[in-house]
This record gives sequence, C-alpha cells and structure tokens, in this order.
Amino acid sequence: MSEHIVPLKTNVAVWLVLLVLTGVTAGVAFIDLGPFNTIVALVIATCKALMVVLIFMHVKYTSERLVKVVVFSALFFLLLLLGLSLADYATRLLV
Amino acid sequence: MPDSPIAVEPHSPELRHHFADMEQQREASSLGMWLFLATEVMFFGGMFCAYLIYRLWYFPEFAAASKSLDITLGTVNTAVLICSSLTVVLAVRAAQLGKRHDQVVYLALTLVLGLAFLGVKGVEWTSKFKEHHIPGASFHFEGTVPGHPDQPVDQQHAQIFFSLYFAMTGMHALHMVIGVGIFSYLLYQAWKGRYTPDYYTPLENSGLYWHFVDIIWIYLFPLLYLIDRKK
Repeated sequence: MSEHIVPLKTNVAVWLVLLVLTGVTAGVAFIDLGPFNTIVALVIATCKALMVVLIFMHVKYTSERLVKVVVFSALFFLLLLLGLSLADYATRLLV
Repeated sequence: MPDSPIAVEPHSPELRHHFADMEQQREASSLGMWLFLATEVMFFGGMFCAYLIYRLWYFPEFAAASKSLDITLGTVNTAVLICSSLTVVLAVRAAQLGKRHDQVVYLALTLVLGLAFLGVKGVEWTSKFKEHHIPGASFHFEGTVPGHPDQPVDQQHAQIFFSLYFAMTGMHALHMVIGVGIFSYLLYQAWKGRYTPDYYTPLENSGLYWHFVDIIWIYLFPLLYLIDRKK
C-alpha cells in the first residue's frame, strides 16, 4: 500500500517528548507565573495534541486532502463554539 | 468464471465491490473515521465550553476543588495513556510491516495500559466518594478560597466543579471502556492473523479513536488537576 510507514525512531522520539512535556506541565503548575500558568499549561497541551495528531495519527503524511479538511473544520467549529460563547459570558461583567 | 459476462480482474479478497481499488477503499474508511472524530470533538467541546464558562465565573472554588485532586495519580495516568498511544502506533506499524507476533504483543500491551488507566481512575473516584465530593445530597467540600484560609468556598460553586469533573472524566472513561472492548476484538483478530500489509483498516481506524481519547485526556489533565497549584 502507499500508506506511509513512520520510522520507529520518530515514534519513540515523539513518545519521549510527550512524556517530558507531561512532567514539565505538572512541574510548572507549582511555579507562580500569575495568569501565565494557564497559558503555559494550554500551550503545552496543544503542542502535545499537535504531535499526536500529526505523527501518531499520520495527518502529516496523509495524501488524502479531505482528511485535512475534516481536521481543520473540526478545529474551526470547536473554536467557533468556545470563542463565541466566551465573547458573551466573559464580557458580561464588563457591562 | 468462463461464462461470466463481466470480466473480473484479479483483486484482493478484502476489496468490496463498490470500490475501484484498495487505495480508494482505505481512504474512504479513513475519511469516515475522521468525520466521526469531528463529531466527537463537538461532543466533548460542549463540556469544555461549560467548564470554561463556570471556571471564569467561580474561579476561587475551581482552584480550591482542583487542589483536592491527586496530582500524582493524574500525572501517572497521563503518562500511562501516552505510553498506550505509543503501543497503538507500534501495533499499526507492525501490521503495515506484516509482523503478526508484534501486533499481538503491542495490542496486548495497549489493553494492559488502558485497564491500568481505568484502575487508577477507579482509585481516584473511590477516594472522592469517601470524601463526599460526589455532587448530590451528601456533598460536602471543606476547601477555602486560595490565599484566604479563613474564607470557606461556596458549596454550590464547588459542586459545579465536581459535576464537571465527573461528567468529563466519566465520559472519557466510558470512551476508554469502549476502546478496551474494541482493542480486545482487534487482539483476537490479530491473533488469527487477520491484519496484513494489504488490509489493516480496522486496526488503523481504531488507533485513530484511541489517539483521540488520549488527546481529550491531554487537555483534561491541566484543566482539571492544575488550575491553581502554586498558592
């Protein structure tokens, strides 16, 4: 089949980075960064999720463009849901 | 079939008649799996949205309640899930390379890690039950507002955190239970040598599901366990 076979080295490297980032996110939570604690935690989580989607789930290697369209549309509608909801609820106290 | 009016070209026994070739068949099922995962993103998205709104409104209670969760067990469980994602990747790779023995080993490891995750989750829920942190009539949370040890938190607001905690980890755990079921079936099929480099679609698509459930946990862990640990 034309399906791309990811090298063992890449898979193990991604796994190690994911484990390190898990340790980092748990450790950083105990350091006072003010509002940046949440931002750092979410940035680390997003980096981990990206690595899983791109390499473990083979999105980086797929030749099927429709799969990429579906991934982007899922992300788009999720951000629409969260963004528009927060645009309401997060600004109510400002009025 | 000498009498057949239609000439049938030789093809893989796994090819269904409505597909032109194996490549098209594989891509069609992969696309279907991704569409399902897109609906799953929106399913969990609703709960994440509720979580974000209540966290903005009741931050002190969310911070206090988050501290009552066991960060060690949470971190260990994150690592367990990440390891299970690696074993899934290696099982799919073994199928691509036509190694039946490796497939069986990695699928069995995935099942062990998945069950370990659920076991740790069970331990965590049991202690929450004993501490009366289950939302309902006997709910009671002793916490104080972070930075203000003399100020007890609002019980109703703390209850909302635990409602979301059990809804989100519960839905995630249900997905894990379904995943364990699917992977038990895959293990049995792989044992029989069902998956070859020519055809391993069930293994590949179930792998996508498993990774998706892993990603949900990657977000649940910081959002539930690490809200405001520093004070």
